Amino acid sequence: MRRSVSSRPPVPPGARAALRWLGTALVLLTLAGCDDLPFPKDPPMPEVPLLRWYVFAEPSGAFAAAAERCSQQPEETFRVELVALPADADQQREQLVRRLAARDSDIDIIGMDVIWTPEFAAAGWILPWTGRLAEQVRAGRLAAAVQSASFGERLWAAPFTTNTQLLWYRTDRVSTPPTTWQQMLDLAESLGAGAIQAQGERYEGLTVLFTSLLASAGGAVLDESGTRVALPDEPTRTALGVMQRLASFPAADTSLATDREDQARLAFETGAPSFMINYTYVWPSAQRNAPEVAANMGWARWPAVVEGRPSRVTIGGINLGVGAWSRHPQLAFRAAACIASEDNQRLAAERGGLPPTIAALYDDARVRDTFPFADLLRETLQDAVQRARSPLYNDVSLAISRTLHPMRDIDPQHDVARLRAVLGRALRSEGLL
Amino acid sequence: MKRIPAEYRLGWLLVAPAVSAMLVVTAWPVLYAFWLSLFRYDLRFPGQRAFIGLDNYLSVLGSEVWWQSLGNTLIITVGSVAVELLLGFALALLMHRALFGRRTVRTAILIPYGIITVVAALAWKFAFDPTTGFVNALLGLEQAWLTERGSALFVIIFTEVWKTTPFMALLLMAGLTLVPDDLLRAALVDGASAVQRFFRITLPVMKPAILVALLFRTLDAFRIFDTVFVQTRGAQSTESVSIVGYHTLITRLNLGLGSAVSVLIFVCVVIIALLFVKGFGTALARGKEER
Repeated sequence: MRRSVSSRPPVPPGARAALRWLGTALVLLTLAGCDDLPFPKDPPMPEVPLLRWYVFAEPSGAFAAAAERCSQQPEETFRVELVALPADADQQREQLVRRLAARDSDIDIIGMDVIWTPEFAAAGWILPWTGRLAEQVRAGRLAAAVQSASFGERLWAAPFTTNTQLLWYRTDRVSTPPTTWQQMLDLAESLGAGAIQAQGERYEGLTVLFTSLLASAGGAVLDESGTRVALPDEPTRTALGVMQRLASFPAADTSLATDREDQARLAFETGAPSFMINYTYVWPSAQRNAPEVAANMGWARWPAVVEGRPSRVTIGGINLGVGAWSRHPQLAFRAAACIASEDNQRLAAERGGLPPTIAALYDDARVRDTFPFADLLRETLQDAVQRARSPLYNDVSLAISRTLHPMRDIDPQHDVARLRAVLGRALRSEGLL
Repeated sequence: MKRIPAEYRLGWLLVAPAVSAMLVVTAWPVLYAFWLSLFRYDLRFPGQRAFIGLDNYLSVLGSEVWWQSLGNTLIITVGSVAVELLLGFALALLMHRALFGRRTVRTAILIPYGIITVVAALAWKFAFDPTTGFVNALLGLEQAWLTERGSALFVIIFTEVWKTTPFMALLLMAGLTLVPDDLLRAALVDGASAVQRFFRITLPVMKPAILVALLFRTLDAFRIFDTVFVQTRGAQSTESVSIVGYHTLITRLNLGLGSAVSVLIFVCVVIIALLFVKGFGTALARGKEER
């Protein structure tokens, strides 16, 4: 190759022409590329505005049915289309925040995890609910659910579905369910290894466990303003003590440090464990996958940390926000209000097993069919606790789960101070977490 | 042989499109990341953006998290590349010497490399899981592999080795074909043993090929992300520098701090590359003298 090139004249006669041709081709290619830019010359004019609802891929089709129903309303002129997000809340947020920060006008309605409200509101990525529609989506909703959708005196999302954890236990092994963690840990000791299933991996679930334990012991992560670390000494030490005991206890599962909700569910369905801390979806799942376990499956309130003081469990769920860069914000508000209405909440409960935020629905016969534990669920939700309400929640949660993982290494005396220091850094946006 | 200036000009003209494309897609993002790393800039609070000089770097370099993750990354890099080199050599010799079914052997060895890293990482995660996996049953153990640092690092390194040894073997095999047969035969006639022939002839002749293989794999291993993300998410102190960058940049949306982490990873990669290129240089220079 080389020899043939150097033995010829430096620029072969055809080369110049070839270069010119290449240049022209490049220019043409570039111009042709412009055609594919996201501005079609004549965009197809849709007859009705299309609203995109970004929400996790709900497997039962309840969300799709709700979107369809709201699109069919005779008095409305919009169509709601579902855009599926990943199942994992961290990944949903990851996809959404980058697009919202880049002012993506494609996002009209957002199925928001309750922990995103302060962050999205403070960043100006969602629009506040006001006036008649705000009244409508607030009416009859559980106070904790409304609180989860509010930030700084304003409502930022329509409460749609909610969720919280219960204690699940084996009625054939335990006659009366334990009311405190102390009792449960004592009982578990006699029942052998892996008797308690909980969430111990380093992720949001660990923050949830800590938040519930801390609130049940009478403490909070942040103070009322949401800008300073609270973590009162006594309750924090008590909560950390329970976590440490749960993990180092002979009854703890060896894989607790890598367990999430689903690993706990799968383990419980094998029939070996006697207790499980988990969300309500485990009930239909056990009936489907392990009927013999479901036949002996009881439920009780999440155990208390302090005798005589009812537990306060972390609230979860999905609220509906309206994207700040939406092309049709007014329509999006009306569509979101429709999706969060009573009929659609009933549908989501019946078909998708997602607990409603409308308090009265817990007396509905069909909802009670899905949730035989409806009264317990409502009662737990009425006392529910919010996770830290801060625009920096994600950093706060990362700091908590990093510091407290693995639970078996927690030293309650020493870790209160460590946790305070790390959370302080997280709130000041300082350094790596 | 002297080249004519016009020839140079043509050469530059021909590479110009490629060079400009590289400048746009590689140099620009690198420079932009460096620029961003000089700011306090959080996507959630764009109003608080401010120029803070090298503060982000001081913050990262002063943090326990960075040094710990750098240590983890080095453990994973050195551990996986060392094992891969040894295994890769064995496989390369096997493929080189195979008398029959050469093609089948080579294809079979290459299969793990053809599997997407995320899939391989998930597969091994399940394999090592105490409830769903076969590893414990096979070894007669009761071990929750991914719940402790040592064993979790082992699983990560094992997955990396399983996945990329074929790549190493392929590069080394190319090196083996460089070793002239007559040289080996001459040594045999002179009475050199198989071990002597390997260390005195095969290895020195192959040195450039080995260095290329090591450089590629070390740079690759240092940037490890997917295996750790899938298997532990960085828990049990197995966090790699890329995971730290991801957390800061993607999860916390802290563009300033995250860019500083990325730039530091880039600096580490450049240092590794420089060390290898230096090793290369001497090997190549000696090759020339001998010729």
